[in-house]
Amino acid sequence: MALAIPAELESKIDEVITHYPVSKRSAVLPLLHLMQHQFRFISDEIVNWVAAKLSLEPIQVLEVVTFYPGFRQTAPGKYHIRVCRTLSCAMAGSYELMDSLCQAAKIDRSHVDHHHPIAVSEDGKYSIEFAECLASCGFGPVCMVEDDFFEKVEPAKAGELLARYSA
Amino acid sequence: MAIQYISGKEPHAREKRLIFKNIDRVGFTPSIDSFLEDGGYEQLKVALKMEKSAIINEVKASGLRGRGGAGFPTGVKWGFIPPTNTKPVYIICNADESEPGTFKDRYILHQDPHQLLEGMIIACFAVNAKLGYIYIREEFPQAAIIVEKAIAEARAKGFLGKDILGSGFDCELYVHRGAGAYICGEETGLIESLEGKRPYPRIKPPYFPAALGLYMSPTIVNNVESLCHVKHIIQMGGAEYAKLGTPNNTGTRILCVSGDVQKPGYYEVEVGKVTMGEVIDVLCGGMKPGRKLKAIIPGGSSSKVLRADEKFKLKDGREIGIMDIPMDFDTMAACGSMAGSGGVIIMDDSRSMTWVINNLNNFYAHESCGQCTPCREGSLWMKKISDRIVSGEASPDDVDSLESVANQIEGKTICAFGEACSWPTQSFIKKFRDEMKGDCKPELVGEIVSDEGKVAAAGLAA
Repeated sequence: MALAIPAELESKIDEVITHYPVSKRSAVLPLLHLMQHQFRFISDEIVNWVAAKLSLEPIQVLEVVTFYPGFRQTAPGKYHIRVCRTLSCAMAGSYELMDSLCQAAKIDRSHVDHHHPIAVSEDGKYSIEFAECLASCGFGPVCMVEDDFFEKVEPAKAGELLARYSA
Repeated sequence: MAIQYISGKEPHAREKRLIFKNIDRVGFTPSIDSFLEDGGYEQLKVALKMEKSAIINEVKASGLRGRGGAGFPTGVKWGFIPPTNTKPVYIICNADESEPGTFKDRYILHQDPHQLLEGMIIACFAVNAKLGYIYIREEFPQAAIIVEKAIAEARAKGFLGKDILGSGFDCELYVHRGAGAYICGEETGLIESLEGKRPYPRIKPPYFPAALGLYMSPTIVNNVESLCHVKHIIQMGGAEYAKLGTPNNTGTRILCVSGDVQKPGYYEVEVGKVTMGEVIDVLCGGMKPGRKLKAIIPGGSSSKVLRADEKFKLKDGREIGIMDIPMDFDTMAACGSMAGSGGVIIMDDSRSMTWVINNLNNFYAHESCGQCTPCREGSLWMKKISDRIVSGEASPDDVDSLESVANQIEGKTICAFGEACSWPTQSFIKKFRDEMKGDCKPELVGEIVSDEGKVAAAGLAA
């Protein structure tokens, strides 16, 4: 099935490409961001579409997708959560936060590894992964839910945080 | 009228707020109107009437050293563009803030984006760059929206675009978002990323960005905070700016303090005018009740750890303790570490150093780009070995193996990530060897404790 790109998205894509007058290839990351925002993850179809749009070989797009942790190749939950794992947040309790978020969201992280960092809840509503340093080290533990950012999240209040994303 | 700050977020009396003047300021918004009311873009008007070389000379005279990590003089960097150059010149603002322990650029991007734009447009004019990118890490989605809006506002007012303020100078800036890779903070990795590729750093020489950068053209990559300083250097004049701070360590810088202190946070101080002891006891309200200082990572996670009871011998012969170290570039280097990105991580006596280095080794193993074998393999081995030590399944020999792996990465990689990932391990082992060995099982000495080790010992290919 061909990928259905909404007209508004395609015009945004065309506009973004103009930001790179020297090389269209520079638009790979921005296009992947726009596509991931729309479709939630980067499928092979999207890789091919972006490659065609920028006159690249699909591998030139795929190698970017597989390198950057910010691009996902599988579907996340409706609300994707990232918990900072790195030192200052870990000292402030980010591992405890991860555990209590998983418990509250009923997520099993036992199968997670370097190449499959994301775990999704059974109902598909939430997904979670550890992120490396989210740059708010003085106010840990910190996490992101979708594009929203939260500081000093008490592990005991994980349920309250999730309740804000219950729709 | 005195500036008011949000209650509870007032600057400390020992701070000198230059870059962070408008952070947490009551009534100040990221809009261009707020910035203009505060005298914004006046320095751009001044700069556009100056000779380009005069701007570069002011920045050189200011002594400004890059605030991203390396501390290289900004004006000198700008001066590296070959005088015979005929190619287009680019400026990239490195807003990939990702060195663990560092959290300053976020506030500038969120609360005072026009300060950055004004500094960056002045920089563009000085080096004759007509196109620039602000490379914002993916994890700052709000910042990208705010800065894009600020760019649109600046363009609408004629501070960007064609013939800026009638000067004949054209300049466009765009936001470019990263995608969650620490290595994009390395300037040549960032450039590769901006070219739409994997961010594998380029080897220097020959790929010094000032000569062969973005699209193989001269490119200046500066940190957010560094570019903000440019506006203030034009305002004050380089010589006057250089009176802030201490000789060769001029200006102000934002210290980001995290870990086991009462009041972690961001503090903008004159470089070298406060000591580590004052950072902890005065700015941050001291250690947590009943706790003692154990160790400090002084300049982002890649800087070498300092132990609380160490004595440091300075060039002038003085011997100082950890609390007496002035927060500047040169003394921190003399103490065997670096001021780096300004991220100060404080650890008290409740912390296991084995656990700390294991956390960092997990970070570096995740973030190695994989281009150079010593770093790709070594960072993973450092993670595996320290995973083993932290879980209590290691032999004391493993601490020596860990150190040997680190020693085989440093100096053997294309970019400074090799040092960034080996320095923490090297310094933690050097300074806390007994503690780390104490976390191991002495009865395992001489035993092969890992599956990989068993395979290797049997002479089988893994």
